[in-house]
Amino acid sequence: MRTVGILAVNEFRDGLRNRWVATAIILLGTTALVLLLAGSAPTGTTRAGTLDIGVISLSSLSVYLIPLIALLLSFDALVGEFERSTMLLLLTYPVTRWQVVMGKFFGHMMILFTAVVVGFGGPAVVAALLTDSGTEGWQAYVMMMGSSLLLSAIFIALGYLVSILVRERSTAAGASIVLWLIFVVLYDLALLSLLLADGDQWIGQTMFSVLILINPTDLYRLLNLTAFDTVGQLAGVAARSEFGLPLLLGLMTLWIAAPLAATIWIFRRREL
Amino acid sequence: MKEHPVDNAIKVTGVVKRYGKQTVVRNVDLSVRTGERMVLVGHNGAGKTTLMKLMLGLTHPCEGQLRVLGSNPMTANAEQRRKTGFVPENVAFHNTMTGEDILALYARLKGVAPAEYRSILVQVGLENVANRRVSTYSKGMRQRLGLAQAMLGKPRLLFLDEPTTGLDPSLRRQFYDLIDTLSLSGTTSLTSSHSLNEVETRADRVTIMKAGAIVACGTLAELSRKAGLPAVIRLRVATGHAAGVAERLAPMGRIQQVNDHRIEVACIETSRMELFRHIADLGDAIEDIDMIPARLDEIYNHYMENEQQ
Repeated sequence: MRTVGILAVNEFRDGLRNRWVATAIILLGTTALVLLLAGSAPTGTTRAGTLDIGVISLSSLSVYLIPLIALLLSFDALVGEFERSTMLLLLTYPVTRWQVVMGKFFGHMMILFTAVVVGFGGPAVVAALLTDSGTEGWQAYVMMMGSSLLLSAIFIALGYLVSILVRERSTAAGASIVLWLIFVVLYDLALLSLLLADGDQWIGQTMFSVLILINPTDLYRLLNLTAFDTVGQLAGVAARSEFGLPLLLGLMTLWIAAPLAATIWIFRRREL
Repeated sequence: MKEHPVDNAIKVTGVVKRYGKQTVVRNVDLSVRTGERMVLVGHNGAGKTTLMKLMLGLTHPCEGQLRVLGSNPMTANAEQRRKTGFVPENVAFHNTMTGEDILALYARLKGVAPAEYRSILVQVGLENVANRRVSTYSKGMRQRLGLAQAMLGKPRLLFLDEPTTGLDPSLRRQFYDLIDTLSLSGTTSLTSSHSLNEVETRADRVTIMKAGAIVACGTLAELSRKAGLPAVIRLRVATGHAAGVAERLAPMGRIQQVNDHRIEVACIETSRMELFRHIADLGDAIEDIDMIPARLDEIYNHYMENEQQ
């Protein structure tokens, strides 16, 4: 565990040095601040709290942003070290391959944890102080921060999988963009087109549910838009959908564990 | 627990390594004695790096056995890994990190105290630039940083993969001086290079590799003798005697009359003394004598070409 810790701290310090932490905080922080402050205006005198509205607007934007940041952080984590020969060197130290992957994972998670806590948490505090809606909806907001971390972890793990599968950094960069496009944009579009084309003939409710649950970004949306009644009503989504919280969280965890395990498995079989 | 002394720091027996259909290391047998400075010479793609990776336990042999510091490198435990140091070819450390950051990271991974890595920074002459980012380092500084991390934890065995590629001759000398210092304290080293000239005075023994196989191994003197390459005897001849001397010495070896005052005789070791006796008989006709042994690149080429058939 000590080795994993050393590698994680090094990765986090590297994130501080090359301004990744600062960039991510600014990116998430600005988005959150603008959406929370601007978003509180239309609610007027209704009972909707700033943070409830914030969860809806913020989660629909961070579903694009967070996977992108996570992939940018992780795509060259392994292939980059191979290219620089530092991987070869690292593996002659008392370090095993799973420790390399997990060390990087925890390090990158520390970067995103800082970014989410400061970037999302800070503006929420500011908004609560500036608007008189108080701290109503803070549970949903904290839940959104937590699920944002889960979403980060998923795309960091997917980035590693890309990073171990390819032989060049440029390929990894390209593959990551494709991955982002598929999960964040194309999948939902394809699903929508499929539904329209199908016209309720083949794809029933169950099939649709399964198709939704396959995509990690949809899991994130579901988690944020349906977990709390107020948010669900505001978002116009049937609150408390048939997917319970444990199912959504379980699937997200699976989306983290599976790519990580696959990465370690492939790495351990890789001929150096 | 007292450690048993190991006579051979490295012992490789019948090792074969294939990547797909390509055989990269062919049936290699090699022993490196404890404290020895062994140099591995060969063209690019001769299998030097792969052989090192095998010895470092980074990849499995397809056949054969390896013992490094008395154990199988593939199953080496943390303690055994601490005893080896490695400088990979063209290693490029993170540009955003400072020299000290990098050394501190590797020191933590090896469990080495900060005081020790700071003294290594001084040893390799990087103490004044330790707080600068690696991106500002010259090639020589980067290579020294590479060696510095390999020196962490006072390793008993050092692997250096073409450590001086791209360094100018003076930096190269400094680099080998550092390795010599380590060698004096009993560290075994295995250095790869593609030039014999570079390692002339720096090797206790030399192993020449070609197309994955070892074609020769021994001290430079042994390799030279085994190659049987002629040394050139250069004679300064008194005016008017050149033609006569050339005629007299013709049976002894290949004669080349350079000009009226100089004759060169290429002569193999076994007939050298006889040649000297003939020269002595020539008396005043010979004004001076010089012997030029076969050059290192000639010896290298000899082994490279001979194995071609």
